Amino acid sequence: MAFGTGGASDGRLSVRIAHRLSNSFALEAGFEAPAGFTMLLGPSGGGKTTLLNCIAGFVRPDAGRISLGTRVLFDSDARIDMPVAERQLGYVFQNLALFPHLTVAQNVQYGIVKLPADERRARMMTMLESFRIAHLIARKPGEVSGGERQRAALARSLVTNPAALLLDEPLVALDNATKSKILDDLRAWNTANEIPILYVTHSPEEAFALGERVVVLDGGRILAQGMPQYVLSTPRHETIAQVVGFENVFDATVRSIAETQGTMLCQLDGSPTQLEVPLGHTEAGDRVRIAIRAGDIIIAAERPHGLSARNSFPGRVLSIRREGVRAVVMIEAGATFEIHLTPAAIDELRIEAEMEVWLVIKTYSCNLVEPSVR
Amino acid sequence: MDWSAIFLTLRLALVVCATLLVVGTPIALWLSFTRWRWKFFVESIVALPLVLPPTVLGFYVLVAMGSNSPIGRWYQSFTGHGLPFTFEGLAIASVIYSLPFAVQPMAAAFSQVDRNLINASSILGASRLRTFLRVVLPLSVGGVITGFVLSFAHTLGEFGVVLMVGGNIPGVTRTVSIAIYDHVQALDYAGANRMALLLMAFSFVTLSITYSLNRRIWAVWPMHR
Repeated sequence: MAFGTGGASDGRLSVRIAHRLSNSFALEAGFEAPAGFTMLLGPSGGGKTTLLNCIAGFVRPDAGRISLGTRVLFDSDARIDMPVAERQLGYVFQNLALFPHLTVAQNVQYGIVKLPADERRARMMTMLESFRIAHLIARKPGEVSGGERQRAALARSLVTNPAALLLDEPLVALDNATKSKILDDLRAWNTANEIPILYVTHSPEEAFALGERVVVLDGGRILAQGMPQYVLSTPRHETIAQVVGFENVFDATVRSIAETQGTMLCQLDGSPTQLEVPLGHTEAGDRVRIAIRAGDIIIAAERPHGLSARNSFPGRVLSIRREGVRAVVMIEAGATFEIHLTPAAIDELRIEAEMEVWLVIKTYSCNLVEPSVR
Repeated sequence: MDWSAIFLTLRLALVVCATLLVVGTPIALWLSFTRWRWKFFVESIVALPLVLPPTVLGFYVLVAMGSNSPIGRWYQSFTGHGLPFTFEGLAIASVIYSLPFAVQPMAAAFSQVDRNLINASSILGASRLRTFLRVVLPLSVGGVITGFVLSFAHTLGEFGVVLMVGGNIPGVTRTVSIAIYDHVQALDYAGANRMALLLMAFSFVTLSITYSLNRRIWAVWPMHR
């Protein structure tokens, strides 16, 4: 992987660091974030916050280099470690870290005190208005709602005109409607102010929906990075499969290979069920692991025919659970499959427990993943 | 009533508290935020006056101030008189004696300030001093008041250190507790009682104020972090 210093004019964030936190956990990461949203996706304890803290300067990495545009924030070889206060970064903490004893106005003006009072006030008001919280200036953080606190924290970071914005799961406690409104406002701001936004999340949906780029981090290492579609739809690693939401992961043995078709037939462990999956670098008899998204499996009330899908086999409904706008159906078909449907589909097919159904899975919905190295 | 002893004691307590604010705050800050592995040595030294008999502490302070020690000689060459049996000497000894009473509540309060608030302050461009004045101090004001009041009350009532370092010179080093001792020695129980009552009432009031100001920090005992 190459790490350029970035063009002189583009303010991309370039990170390559190694940092040992304990005997059993080391962070080793290299990636670049151009202007726009870069999602840092991974499970808790995967090193996401530590990575942000290294970039911010709260934690000094053991080795590596961090640059932002032409400015070098950290370089272990050149012995550069820019003080936190000079890095010109915005950081929205998971707990927001609004100063509880100061009003919203005082919080937002905290980073621009060196400006003359009238300019300071004008900038604060512009920022508060673009985040729709201008009416809250006299309140303290404890006296406003959760969504308003998020907006105040964003405004406090952005009013300083940071060269990059670091967000540590800032919207995790909010309902979806509030969240998407705040994100729209942030996106609008980012269109006018093109800086890299590094957005930490453990939610694949969020990463999918927001990011122009996704970096998957687990066990202190970057497992994949790139466009969300690329990263999320072609997992090559079991942890990625779990991180990005493959609800069904099966161990299987390759039974036969159809080289010319580009497929192979795999037998699930402890089950008569066979799946046709895309060809991998394997031979008959090899062990493989197959990951399938719950939303990629189709349920049919009777034996389907005339389908292009290559896998169809009968099963029995174990349970149906409604989760908000989707229904989670568990089906026994040699192995236990998790399937996500819309409630309308459930009603239309009259799916209920103990019902006999058919499962339909496209060959290319079956993803081969490598067992985790952890 | 021995008013000169009362005023002397109040003056001593105020001087000691003011000094402790200046000396104790940086120590408390350092103790709260350092990651130095040997920090516990410093913590032990600061806490020593809690466990040592005042006479032991007073004895070593007296020796350190005496004309045979470099410190004592340096002070004498500087001011023309020695430290023992003077108000200054008494104040220095009292500062050392009350150090843990100021430092520990302050350090406890400082280390309870959310690290993210401190980080947020620095990433917004604030210097360490500004972070301390605008974020850490306002959020730990209870601990600072506790430290101030505790060391004040503690200095009011000290006896052993005063006797060792200050002796019993009226108007110079004769504090309330020494005066009480004198009254008892002279079998003047009524006089002793008047001053003892005053001291007790004063201590009770200051402690009540402190407890009511910040119960949270004081949940168990101010020395526990």
